[in-house]
Amino acid sequence: MADTTERTFWEYVAYVSEHHSPLDFVLVWDHIDRFLWGTLLTLEITVIALLLGGMLSVPMAIARAHKQRWLNGPIWCFTYFFRGTPLLVQTYLVYYGLAQFDWVRESFLWDPVLSSAWWCALIVFTLNTAGYTTEFLRGSIETTPAGEIEAGRACGMSPLTLMRRIVLPSAFRRALPAYSNEVIFMLHSSVVLSTITLQDILGAGRWLNGRYYLAYEGFVTAMIFYMILVFIISRGFHLWEKHWLAHLRLANDSNGITDSKLAPDRV
Amino acid sequence: MDTVWQYRNLLFDGTVVTVQLALGSLLLAVLLGLIGATAKLSTNPLWQRLAGSYTTLVRGVPDLVLMMLLFYGGQQLLNDFGEVTGWWDYLEINQFTAGVFSIGFVFGAYMTETFRGAILAIPRGQIEAGIACGMTSMKVFLRITWPQMVRYALPSFTNNWLVLVKATALVSVIGLHDLVWNASTAGRSVREPFTFMFAVLMIYLILTAISDVGLRWMERKYSVGVRKV
Repeated sequence: MADTTERTFWEYVAYVSEHHSPLDFVLVWDHIDRFLWGTLLTLEITVIALLLGGMLSVPMAIARAHKQRWLNGPIWCFTYFFRGTPLLVQTYLVYYGLAQFDWVRESFLWDPVLSSAWWCALIVFTLNTAGYTTEFLRGSIETTPAGEIEAGRACGMSPLTLMRRIVLPSAFRRALPAYSNEVIFMLHSSVVLSTITLQDILGAGRWLNGRYYLAYEGFVTAMIFYMILVFIISRGFHLWEKHWLAHLRLANDSNGITDSKLAPDRV
Repeated sequence: MDTVWQYRNLLFDGTVVTVQLALGSLLLAVLLGLIGATAKLSTNPLWQRLAGSYTTLVRGVPDLVLMMLLFYGGQQLLNDFGEVTGWWDYLEINQFTAGVFSIGFVFGAYMTETFRGAILAIPRGQIEAGIACGMTSMKVFLRITWPQMVRYALPSFTNNWLVLVKATALVSVIGLHDLVWNASTAGRSVREPFTFMFAVLMIYLILTAISDVGLRWMERKYSVGVRKV
C-alpha cells in the first residue's frame, strides 16, 4: 500500500476533509445514497398525502361554503381538531396509540396498514392537510364574485355545472398562493416521519450523525436537501401562478403577481 | 381516563414547560421580528440582504432540523470556540434553551414579514408629522409606529402564535420534558398511549382556545379608535 508520501489525490482529499475541514464532505458524499432514498421517502409521503388530502378537501370545502346543515358542524369539528393540534402528537396518537386497543390489533387492518409507520404517517398527513386545505378553499369559494355566479345562472347552468365550470376554477386560482404555502409547510412537517422510525431526509441525517458520532454533517446535509426542495417547489408555484393568474397581473409588473409571502397560512 | 387523572401532576408540569417554552420563543421571535422588519425596511442594502437571507433560510429549512443542528451542533461549536479561545471550559446547551432559540429564530422570520407589512400599512405622513414635531426616532416608534403597528399586525400575529404553540411539541424529540414527552413516557409505562396522547391533544386545544380569548381582548384594546363599519 502507498505510504503517506505517495498517496493519491483522492486519499489526500479524504484526509483534508476528515481532519482539516469543518464538515467532512467526503464522508457525506460516501453516504449520499441514504439522503437520496430519504428524499424519495419524504417526497413520496408528502406528495401522496397532498393529493389525497386535496381530493378530500374539495367536497368538504363546498359543503362548508354552502353551510350544509348536516355536514357543516362535523366538518368544522374535523378541521378544528386537525388545525388546532400538533401534527407530531396526531402521528403519535395513531402510530403508538392505536396498539392500545385489542380490537384494532385483531382487526384485518392491523397487519398491512395500521402497524406500519408508513401507512400511519400517510393517513395522518392526509387528514391533516385536508383540514388546512378545506378551510382556505372554503374561504376562496366564499369570495367568488356574485356577478360570476349570476352570469352562470343567467346562462341556464345547473348548480353542478355552475360549480364545475365557474366557482371551482376561479376558487382554485385564488387559493393558489395559500396552497403553495401549504405544500411547503407539509414538506417542513414531514420531518415528523423521522420520529416514527422512518428514514426520511432528516432520518438519514440523524442516522449519519449517530453512526459516526458527528455533530453537524448529517443535519447540515439535510438542511441543504430541504432548501433545494423548497426552492424547486417555490419556483414551480411561481411559474404556475404566473400562468394561472395572468389575468390579475399588473401591466408593468414582469415578476408575476404574488411573491408568495412568508407566512404560516396554517391556522 | 382514570390513569390520566392519576398522572395529572406530570401532565400539568409538562404543560407549564410547554407554555414557558412558547412564551420564551415568542419573546425572542418578536425581538427578531422587529429587528428583521427594521432591516428589511432600511435603506442600507447590506441590512436588506441580511434580512432577506434570514427569511429565505427559514422558509427553506424545517424547524426540527434547525433545532437539532442547534442542540447538537451548537453545543459542539460553543465548546470548540471555548477551547480555542480559552474563555470557558465546557458549556452545555440544555433542551429548553435549544428549543427557545430555534423556535424563536424560525418564528422571528415570520414575525419579520408580519411587522414589515404592518409598518408599511402606516401612512407615511404620520411618521413625517412626528419628525416635524421634533420627535426623536425612538419617540416616533413608541408613539406613532408601535401602537398602530400592533393593530395592523394582530391578525397575522395571532396566526403565528397559534402555529408557534403547535411547533413547541417538536422539542420533545430532543428530549425536553414538555407535555408531549411526559405524556408519551407515562402512556408507555401504563400501556395506554392512546389515552395519554388524546389528553395531550385536548390540552393543546384548550391552550389554543385560551389564547383566542386573550388575543381577542388585545384586538379590542388596540382597535380603539377604529370605526366599525
